Amino acid sequence: MEKILDKIYKNHKDNEGNIISLLQDIQGELGYIPEDAVVWFSKKLDIPASRFFGIATFYAQFHLQPRGKNVVTTCCGTACHVKGSEKLLNGLVRELGLPEGENTTEDRRFTVEKVNCVGACSIAPVVIVNNKVHGKMTADKLMKEIKHLKEKESED
Amino acid sequence: MIDLSINGLPVSVPEGTTILDAARFADIPIPTLCHHPKLTPYGGCRLCIVDVKGINRPVTSCTTPVAAGMEVTTTSPTIEKLRKTILELILSDHPNDCMVCEKAGDCTLQELAYFYGIRENRLDGERRVYAKKDDNPFIERNMEKCILCGKCVRICDEVQGVGAIDIAYRGFNAKVCPPFEKNLDCEFCGQCVSVCPTGALTGKAWGQRGRQKDIKEIETICPYCGCGCSITLHVRRNEVIRVSSREDTLNEGWLCPKGRFGYSFINNAARLKTPLIREEGQLKEATWDEALDFIADRLGKVKAKYGADSIAGLSSARCTNEENYLFQKFMRAAVGTNNVDHCARL
Amino acid sequence: MKTDLVVRVCMGTGGIAAGGAEVMDAFKKHLRSKGVTARIEKNCTMHKVGCRGLCARDVLVDIVVNDSKTTYQFIKPAMVERIIDEHVINGKPVEEWTVPEDYHLFHNKQVKVVLSDCGSVDPEDIESYLNVKGYDALKQVVTTMSPAETIGVIRQSGLRGRGGAGFPTGTKWEICSKETSEHKYIICNADEGDPGAFMDRSVIEGNPHAVIEGMIIGAYSIGADAGYVYIRAEYPLAVERLKNALKEARKHKFLGKGILGTNFNFDIKIKLGAGAFVCGEETALIASIEGQRGMPRAKPPFPVYKGLWGKPTVINNVETLANVPYIIRKGAEWYSSFGTEKSKGTKVFALTGKIRNSGLIEVPMGIPLREIIYDIGGGIENDKAFKAVQTGGPSGGCIPSHLLDIKVDFESLASVGSIVGSGGMVVLDEGDCMVNIAKFFLQFTQSESCGKCVPCRIGTKRLLEILERITSGKGREGDIELLEDLARDIKATSLCGLGQTAPNPILSTIRYFRDEYEAHITKKKCPAGVCRDLLSYVILAEICKGCGACKKVCPAGAISGEKKQPHTIDADICVRCGACFEACKFRAIGKG
Repeated sequence: MEKILDKIYKNHKDNEGNIISLLQDIQGELGYIPEDAVVWFSKKLDIPASRFFGIATFYAQFHLQPRGKNVVTTCCGTACHVKGSEKLLNGLVRELGLPEGENTTEDRRFTVEKVNCVGACSIAPVVIVNNKVHGKMTADKLMKEIKHLKEKESED
Repeated sequence: MIDLSINGLPVSVPEGTTILDAARFADIPIPTLCHHPKLTPYGGCRLCIVDVKGINRPVTSCTTPVAAGMEVTTTSPTIEKLRKTILELILSDHPNDCMVCEKAGDCTLQELAYFYGIRENRLDGERRVYAKKDDNPFIERNMEKCILCGKCVRICDEVQGVGAIDIAYRGFNAKVCPPFEKNLDCEFCGQCVSVCPTGALTGKAWGQRGRQKDIKEIETICPYCGCGCSITLHVRRNEVIRVSSREDTLNEGWLCPKGRFGYSFINNAARLKTPLIREEGQLKEATWDEALDFIADRLGKVKAKYGADSIAGLSSARCTNEENYLFQKFMRAAVGTNNVDHCARL
Repeated sequence: MKTDLVVRVCMGTGGIAAGGAEVMDAFKKHLRSKGVTARIEKNCTMHKVGCRGLCARDVLVDIVVNDSKTTYQFIKPAMVERIIDEHVINGKPVEEWTVPEDYHLFHNKQVKVVLSDCGSVDPEDIESYLNVKGYDALKQVVTTMSPAETIGVIRQSGLRGRGGAGFPTGTKWEICSKETSEHKYIICNADEGDPGAFMDRSVIEGNPHAVIEGMIIGAYSIGADAGYVYIRAEYPLAVERLKNALKEARKHKFLGKGILGTNFNFDIKIKLGAGAFVCGEETALIASIEGQRGMPRAKPPFPVYKGLWGKPTVINNVETLANVPYIIRKGAEWYSSFGTEKSKGTKVFALTGKIRNSGLIEVPMGIPLREIIYDIGGGIENDKAFKAVQTGGPSGGCIPSHLLDIKVDFESLASVGSIVGSGGMVVLDEGDCMVNIAKFFLQFTQSESCGKCVPCRIGTKRLLEILERITSGKGREGDIELLEDLARDIKATSLCGLGQTAPNPILSTIRYFRDEYEAHITKKKCPAGVCRDLLSYVILAEICKGCGACKKVCPAGAISGEKKQPHTIDADICVRCGACFEACKFRAIGKG
């Protein structure tokens, strides 16, 4: 990890980065923001760790826990809302058996997230499966997609 | 100087003064919870709103600088109604357990609730509940009572330069906490405690030792080091139960952990109250006269036998400058040696 | 055969989601295999283009043969071969796949300024923008006009900020230009956070150079030496295209040291947002660029005096900046000929929701709302009745059917309790519950509140709780009045625009749909049949065929019954999810 952090540090110096871009880089490399990484940078840059924590918990983009292998994001913008995004979300939670208040399955295979609006309102409701945008989503189509991912997972 | 009027009164203040400071200068009260004269203006509690002629919405007096000819109104039925709503909102997310709260009687929030007569709260709803308690040795952090005024965060950053805490999360879930919500691990200067307007931050040692109305405040000087910070001992039934410091002192109210929290020795049963002289391996209580005579006698003998330079004196940083002066004078003039030193030099 | 052939494939976020890249590949493959590419060589061009508005019909493809354009809709890769055979090779368009009449109606009433080149230029190729006079405005400005003259043109045009507040752009520039400072900044606010709005995303994806050109002209006018585009990380395609466009602009000396041979230096950096709606607010945006928690601070001082790193800073929205090159090129008079007396020019809207032609539109300010909904939008989806249109997102309000003839401009919308805002327009039909819509927006603002000031942090939470109890059948007498009272106090006392406008959706829905609130509170009914806790489902025995479809989908096991016998729902177990209602082919399930 030290090596990765060093690389991020160098990039940070070269590009006059700030804490947000630093956290974005950490998450880009490691998938989430581990406490160790924050402590490392806090010492290196002489910036209190509390500042990192305050920023990491302020912005929705940052994750302090590792996420699932597959990330399914339902758009909950206005257009998606009136076209039934909540039902899609409830369906996902049911299908994946997510425990209350959690967004990642216990086996860390799936993470279900909400996003405020991806700005693809004219093809609402929208679901993003592993970075690919799917428009005009229905419960059936979504369940098929999930089953497909599950099968692919069990093949691996 | 800028001339303006507040509630019809002409006021003249230097350029850059905020409306709040101008009003205070003119002895016009404006309620506030997040303002501190030594910290960057915040504008978070919104209680200090005032009307300014020509601006169509109330402005926060703590963040708005005065301007020439400004006409400010600090109170009106509309303004007071808005302030009351804000207080109702704060209290709707507050434990309201003043009966057992350490801060009762000395709490800005309680005071404001009293003056605005808030009894039943029409805005009751979900309250923040934090199961985890902070396990640090000095500062009791009861964050359910926190109103997010941010003074502790600002003081830790701007005055103490530590940044041990920051506001984390956002919206209703925002909370002041150390990184990763661990136990507080800092210098424990307690500056945060001194500025907290509610019972969110108190001293761990304060618990159930007595409340403001029973306290006699005694102004004194901190004995710990030569800085000589002014401190206020809070005394109840001849027992020191808290230490604070006033903002109008040389140390501006700031203290170190020893000065603020290290007072338990004062009433400790193990504390030495008389000199002790060792006789045949046993320490025995003595009077000051006996002790001083004993020292003078022994020093005289040592000096006569081995010479003055066989004696050295070591004084304490906890003494005042005057005491240290006298001590070296004693060593040089009475004992006759230059062997004198001081623990703070080490 | 001597042919000029242009193929344009819509590849905005919508186009790509519908399979735009695959369609493009199919064209490449088949044009090559059928020898078309070889035959006409350089006269055959293929472009990725940005959004042309009607994303709901993606993938949209233009085939231009010898300047004659045919547009196809809903194109899949499998359809490409036939289009090439019949249309490109034999000259006969595949009529059944071309866009019908209403596609043209969608475009006819629009007036395109900002979007005039979106959908025709290739956003990933600067040459394509240069071919439509791109960067001519910049050349004109830096070589023949003074900053003051440039600001004068923008002032005369009457351009007002398109991000929501509608502040005159020329005035903002002028104030900043008069400040003296070692550094000044111009920031393009592309943190399009309103749910239901995608104007800025589409403009950047479709024509990023127009935004960049506008920004450089702005920088020249105010004397800025550095610029930032603050853009949402949720818009990966827009970020990618913007990065590429900046690189190309630098190559052409439109950015960097000594722009176009003058002594004007300016460059632009991209800052990615990290997911906080409040960062659309100027001072929070500045805090975020500086790398801090995006918490707003009190104004004054305004950013034009003290902004980024304490230096004078102009913040303009994407659409505002994209207007600038066109205004410079075509003149202030031309621009101000569109619109109303106080709201000049055009405005881009994202028309979505229960509307037939959902998509991106640009209309002159002052156009009647009815024309947007019925002529451009083609009316309500599935022939349902129009109920309201929500404008301005979480800061805005609802406009009910009796106000359909209102003009769409800053002043008129404000007069009925809504706002133009950044340009989201979500159409609602009879099946939408207005209390639920208000609740939706409060959920949004409450979760996006930064938490700095009391009214927004706790106040929006309380508003939401009251709405939650109303929609779950626990509403109390006096709740409507409590909502109104608290809403007004929050508006009056909040620190920033987020809190000051968050109660608007509540006030506006109470103003026009008070009866719906009352029905929820007193009759414990949701007239639109949306609020789950107020619904009950029953199986109509006389229609039920006993097929068992409902029993199969019920997640709670609340439905029982023998095969081919009428089934029943146990109301005590039913979780009112509505799965049975949707599963029943015989409409044997009653909801009410």
